[in-house]
Amino acid sequence: MAGASKAVADSRANLPFVYRQYSAEQLKQVLYKMYLIRRFEEGAEESYMRGLIHGTMHLSIGQEASAMGICMPLGEDDQITSTHRGHGHCIAKGAEVKRMFAEFFGKTTGYCKGRGGSMHIADVAKGNLGANGIVGGGIPIAVGAALSSKMMKTGKVVVSFFGDGANNEGAFHEALNIAAVWKLPVIFVCENNGYGMSTSTARSTAVKNIADRAAAYSMPGVIVNGNIFSEVAEASYKAVERARAGEGPTLIESKTYRHRGHSKSDRNRYRTKEEIEDWMSNRDPITLFENELREFGFIDDKGIEAIRSEVAQEIADGIEFAKASPSPDVSETGNYVYTEQA
Amino acid sequence: MPTEVILPKVDMDMATGQISRWFAEEGARVKKGDVLFEIETDKAAMEIDAPASGVLRDVTGKEGVDIPVGAPVAWIYADDESYAPISPIEGEMSARPTEGVASGGTSQSSTALEPSPVEPTPPDRPLAGHPPLEGEGKTRATPLARRLAREAGLNLSGLTGSGPYGRVVKADVEAAISSPLEGEVSAKRTEGVASEGTAFAPSPVEPTPPDRPSAGHPPLKGEGDVLRLFEQGSYDLVPHDNMRKTIARRLVEAKSTIPHFYLTLDCELDALLALRTQINAAAPMKKTDKGDAPTYKLSVNDMVIKAMAMALKAVPDANASWTESAMVKHKHADVGVAVSIPGGLITPIIRHADEKTLSTISNEMKDLASRARSRKLKPEEYQGGTTAVSNLGMFGIKDFAAVINPPHATILAVGAGEERAVVKNGEIKIATVMSVTLSTDHRAVDGALGAELLVAFKRLIENPMGMLV
Amino acid sequence: MDAMVRELSYAQAIQEAMAIAMEMDERVFLMGEDIGVYGGAFQVTGDLVERFGTERVIDTPISELGGAGVAVGAALTGMRPIFEFQFSDFVTLAMEQIVNQAAKMRFMLGGEVSVPVVMRFPAGSGTGAAAQHSQSLEAWLGHVPGLKVIQPATPYDAKGMLLAAVADPDPVMIFEHKLLYKMKGPVPEGYYTVPIGKADIRREGRDLTIVATSIMVQKALDAAATLEAEGIDVEVVDLRTIRPMDKQTVIDSVKKTSRLMCVYEAVKTLGIGAEVSAMIAESEAFDYLDAPIVRLGGAETPIPYNPELEKATVPQVPDIITAARDLVKGVR
Repeated sequence: MAGASKAVADSRANLPFVYRQYSAEQLKQVLYKMYLIRRFEEGAEESYMRGLIHGTMHLSIGQEASAMGICMPLGEDDQITSTHRGHGHCIAKGAEVKRMFAEFFGKTTGYCKGRGGSMHIADVAKGNLGANGIVGGGIPIAVGAALSSKMMKTGKVVVSFFGDGANNEGAFHEALNIAAVWKLPVIFVCENNGYGMSTSTARSTAVKNIADRAAAYSMPGVIVNGNIFSEVAEASYKAVERARAGEGPTLIESKTYRHRGHSKSDRNRYRTKEEIEDWMSNRDPITLFENELREFGFIDDKGIEAIRSEVAQEIADGIEFAKASPSPDVSETGNYVYTEQA
Repeated sequence: MPTEVILPKVDMDMATGQISRWFAEEGARVKKGDVLFEIETDKAAMEIDAPASGVLRDVTGKEGVDIPVGAPVAWIYADDESYAPISPIEGEMSARPTEGVASGGTSQSSTALEPSPVEPTPPDRPLAGHPPLEGEGKTRATPLARRLAREAGLNLSGLTGSGPYGRVVKADVEAAISSPLEGEVSAKRTEGVASEGTAFAPSPVEPTPPDRPSAGHPPLKGEGDVLRLFEQGSYDLVPHDNMRKTIARRLVEAKSTIPHFYLTLDCELDALLALRTQINAAAPMKKTDKGDAPTYKLSVNDMVIKAMAMALKAVPDANASWTESAMVKHKHADVGVAVSIPGGLITPIIRHADEKTLSTISNEMKDLASRARSRKLKPEEYQGGTTAVSNLGMFGIKDFAAVINPPHATILAVGAGEERAVVKNGEIKIATVMSVTLSTDHRAVDGALGAELLVAFKRLIENPMGMLV
Repeated sequence: MDAMVRELSYAQAIQEAMAIAMEMDERVFLMGEDIGVYGGAFQVTGDLVERFGTERVIDTPISELGGAGVAVGAALTGMRPIFEFQFSDFVTLAMEQIVNQAAKMRFMLGGEVSVPVVMRFPAGSGTGAAAQHSQSLEAWLGHVPGLKVIQPATPYDAKGMLLAAVADPDPVMIFEHKLLYKMKGPVPEGYYTVPIGKADIRREGRDLTIVATSIMVQKALDAAATLEAEGIDVEVVDLRTIRPMDKQTVIDSVKKTSRLMCVYEAVKTLGIGAEVSAMIAESEAFDYLDAPIVRLGGAETPIPYNPELEKATVPQVPDIITAARDLVKGVR
């Protein structure tokens, strides 16, 4: 993305990274997208509770700054692999919410034509190679995509999102090792929301910080506050530069929190109401970002209100689009198992 | 506008839910995030939070009632919203029109709501009461043989299988088609004995569990196990012919599936022997190639056949066949008679023996036995029957128990008639006595019933004039 | 097949196929453990690293899950990797990436992507490598929609099917019996393909169809030669592909011979033989069967170390002869 002009940059010299790096328009767009993620997930949750959505879903409400911050320095050609908590990544990488809703509703206009649903949401055209239902499943695939980038000299950087739960999977360790040995342009982003389903990282993980694992694979391990957009974006920016320069991978640990349960059948027995309330009231990433934008003069209340209502309209339109879209025909159950050959 | 409180979907594949408990009642002030009610799912109870702050109104979701996912169960009115109670006519579930709710969600979930009208049948339960397959279905044959026979209009049951276990294979059908000796069926039509399912062909009422393992196949491994016990060269191996295999299979089946029960009784034969001499002496003569011959010559066995048939008529409950679903009560007494032939035995049947005269029975029996020995019996002459008689008296066997030949429920084993000392009124006398043992299928003929039958038999043997009327 | 025909070993045929594929398409590259200067555990890659360099003949760490996942990711993003497992037994370490990822990615994403990865698995017993290096696990992968699973039985097919696999847009799993690597046979020079999903009738016959896979094809042919002297005329069908299976060729053969025997090295139960038998029982060929179907498969045990035990664990030529004789003569 184009940076802010020099004069503007000078006036922002003491502000955090993103306010120096990006234009007001770009930053407002970030707020728009953070709201879009939030409202998309709330809309999906509402539709789910009304029985319009089938299966289950994993909401990332509370983690919007992490998704947006990591994707901020990525270009459209860069690629990501995502997780079962991947709605935010998908939107941050450029997906349209109407086609995401359509996918959640199982419709042919969805990104996966109704075959994937929430857990496998993807937008290949925008570089999202797919959310993954297997914990850690996308990590080696991201390394493979980075190998393609290196072999084909496309200059693409690949980001692999995963949660704290994945850091104890063998795939995580094997993939980090290979990426480091081959110096591949890949960024490993652990969104540590404190719990792998119900098990806290303290109970599951031998190291204090997941970023500490980076030392074992001779790559930088960076810890950021995942609820502060600027911090996340800055770390991502540096990792992308390093990757593009051929210096190899980075592991970023983005410490964040999910407001909702693991999935829709979570009773939240492993954490207290007070804990959830604290994160929601005092550390909400959208509120934090909104406050900074207001404080640094990038936006006023009216501007915020305009974004909110614009988002509400896009969400309402998206749900309408999904409802009105056709379902796949049962006779097409066998499609897409193999490549259709002429 | 007030905030709707719905029954949310909280689990995969959930179409309806039950509120197990409300934590707030009508008119209560609630805060967003307060626990409003608890839903019971298959797995656990889930607490549902208030979606807004305000006063809880129109609590229509009753505890313990199935409520479709997405249906409103209450409303929360903000402080500045006016509230008018709903009219009772509008029903108790949903008072406020709400888009997309009344349908109860997707078509899938509404289908799931409908109770299944019929209790599903356990898929593996065999269909009770179906008549068993007849004819071809009984015959062991390869799919190819069946298809060729079907195309040629042949009835497989008339063919002898040359394959393993008497299985009819393609070659058997082709041979039958190419040598049409007896018209419609076959060169290989069975001659008296024994393709699978013919020598002891079950009557149509015998139930046929389709998946019953065919009993009586010696497991292939067992052969080696047996031979290992004997020195090589110390024996000859004679491969089984079909009759031997059929006998083996049928007997294992009979002895392992029928609960046998045995009753033994002694019968005095003196009156019967005297009557027999009298009757035979009275036989008219007829001219034959070998000079004049009597038109009949009764044997003791002929009289046993007649007595058994009449006993069954006198005790009709014992004239039965067992099937899984019903007792088959026969109207005629058809008596099978075991005939020993080279390599095995066969049981031709005297039909309606209760109605036939002794001379008729005697002549029929001679004909059947002679054709049995030359393997010329037709299947209908040895299939079916309601009881059987097996007589080993000619060997001097005193007493033995015979194996029931399904579909019969009884078989009478007849020993030798011999002079024995009997005690009558405190005195020892000599009488000609024959021991008989009745084997019964206890499922069809209980002990007392069997005893009644045997006593009726004994009465006829000892008072043989009764067989003449 | 007008090109000059020479004899190559099965391993040489595979190596030649990989070289041709890499020459024709710069997206094609090789990954695996010790496939570079070492030449591969069975010398299948040989000296390809000298011709194509370490950038295209890549030694991976001993890291099957990671390596397989990297191959899947590379295939997903435009490359054409050929990934060699050192032993097929190690597929157990990589099942996640093969079964959950490679096989399902196209489907889950509604046809938006494809995963043209080729994986090669040296399989089978007979080398004294015992229980963890001798298995035949092809049916495991054959059970997964989205994968194609092939078992070439000759040098000619090994080359032609590998080239077909590289050209295929979907994941193709190649199970190569280790004892076949030294087998020699005619292999044309240059590029040719043998179609995936087509069985081959190796020998025509009237009395019995033997459906065999991999090394059992040759054993069935050897048995057929002996049986011919006894007047038993065996047709040998080389299945070649177990998913998607060429049902019609097997059905037509059984309709002709009326008898079916399946011979395969993998554990007998729940395997290819069960699938072929059931497929025939469900097909129009059922009404042509003149004898029960017979399966000859591996014993229900791990592969033992002792050479005599090892041989006894999988079907051998005399076993096939005896079973075929019994079947045709009506003992079974």
